[in-house]
Amino acid sequence: MSSTNNDGAAPKLPARRAFLQTTGQAALSATAIAMLVGSESLIRSARAADASKDVSILNVALALEHEAIAAYQLGAESGLLQKPVLDVAVQFQSHHKGHRDALVDTIGKLGGSPVSSKGMGQYAAELKANTLGSQKDVLMLAARLEKGAANAYLGVIPAFQDPALAQVSARLAADETMHWTVLAQALGQPLPANPLSFGA
Amino acid sequence: MRTLALILAALGLSLVAHTSLLFARAPDADRGARLYDSRCVGCHSLDTNRIGPRHGDVFGRTAGSVADYDYSAALKRSEIVWREDTLDAWLRNPEDLVPGQKMNFRVSSAADRGDLIAFLKRAAQD
Ligand code: HEC
Repeated sequence: MSSTNNDGAAPKLPARRAFLQTTGQAALSATAIAMLVGSESLIRSARAADASKDVSILNVALALEHEAIAAYQLGAESGLLQKPVLDVAVQFQSHHKGHRDALVDTIGKLGGSPVSSKGMGQYAAELKANTLGSQKDVLMLAARLEKGAANAYLGVIPAFQDPALAQVSARLAADETMHWTVLAQALGQPLPANPLSFGA
Repeated sequence: MRTLALILAALGLSLVAHTSLLFARAPDADRGARLYDSRCVGCHSLDTNRIGPRHGDVFGRTAGSVADYDYSAALKRSEIVWREDTLDAWLRNPEDLVPGQKMNFRVSSAADRGDLIAFLKRAAQD
């Protein structure tokens, strides 16, 4: 990419990255201390500890995404969703598959092992798919799970060691919020009366 | 005079603010139920294990004790019993209470935590 394509955005980027890195070091206290002390082995073990904390958060997020994919699968296969709604459900499921792939990739890069998906039968039991009798039931389940997922991603943000991963969590929350908004509209549910209704 | 009135008004306001902090309202289980639905249901249900363990009888239960849920080693060996105080500490910052746990989800508002705990307590009694 040539720098002329960036329309002046390029000079800002390094500064922003430097800022993120500085705050990152402040949060990565164990690593930062190890770096100050200058011990290579300490730095390595502190980094590993920091990464393993983040991996554990990401793996819970991955479990949530596996479940979301399964929930839309159950909805799509239920025969309860009519055409325009079915298409939207399939599109949301594809977003969740994208989230899954991004999380699997990140967990791998951090040296962790990504949790695998449970079987469809188990998801059906855990989500009580047998109680779904109409398109509205499916949409209500999807809306609850999406709102829950948005809040879950917001509520784990302070626990990340790496601010870049905290930002990923916020971006995932934004996607889930978009899904929830569409589902709530389809269900005729009112938008929240108050601001800051999501999160912590 | 005007200044004095302003100062008194400001004092009055801060007094109100302080008393509302000192005398926090009683926990509200109904509000807790709504909070549970929006904050916890992404990962938990009352009667089935999902991303997190089931919650219907969590109040009074020993931490890490649902047989068919795959807990972190840290929570399993914590020997905590879930009551008001332990749940409050867990929800405020699970990692502070049980280093190495895998929930990591925090509820920053004390009033929200109180309402959630009142709801879980009521759910365990039902
Ligand atoms: C991001 C997913 C997620 C969210 C959101 C979440 N939890 Fe959890 N929760 C977990 C996981 C995972 C565990 C298991 C922790 C472990 O094994 O270390 C857990 C465990 C618990 C436990 C311990 C249960 C036991 O059997 O010992 C309690 C209590 C709890 N959660 C309460 C809540 C409440 C209340 C909320 C909502 C305010 C909530 N959680 C939101 C994932 C979540």
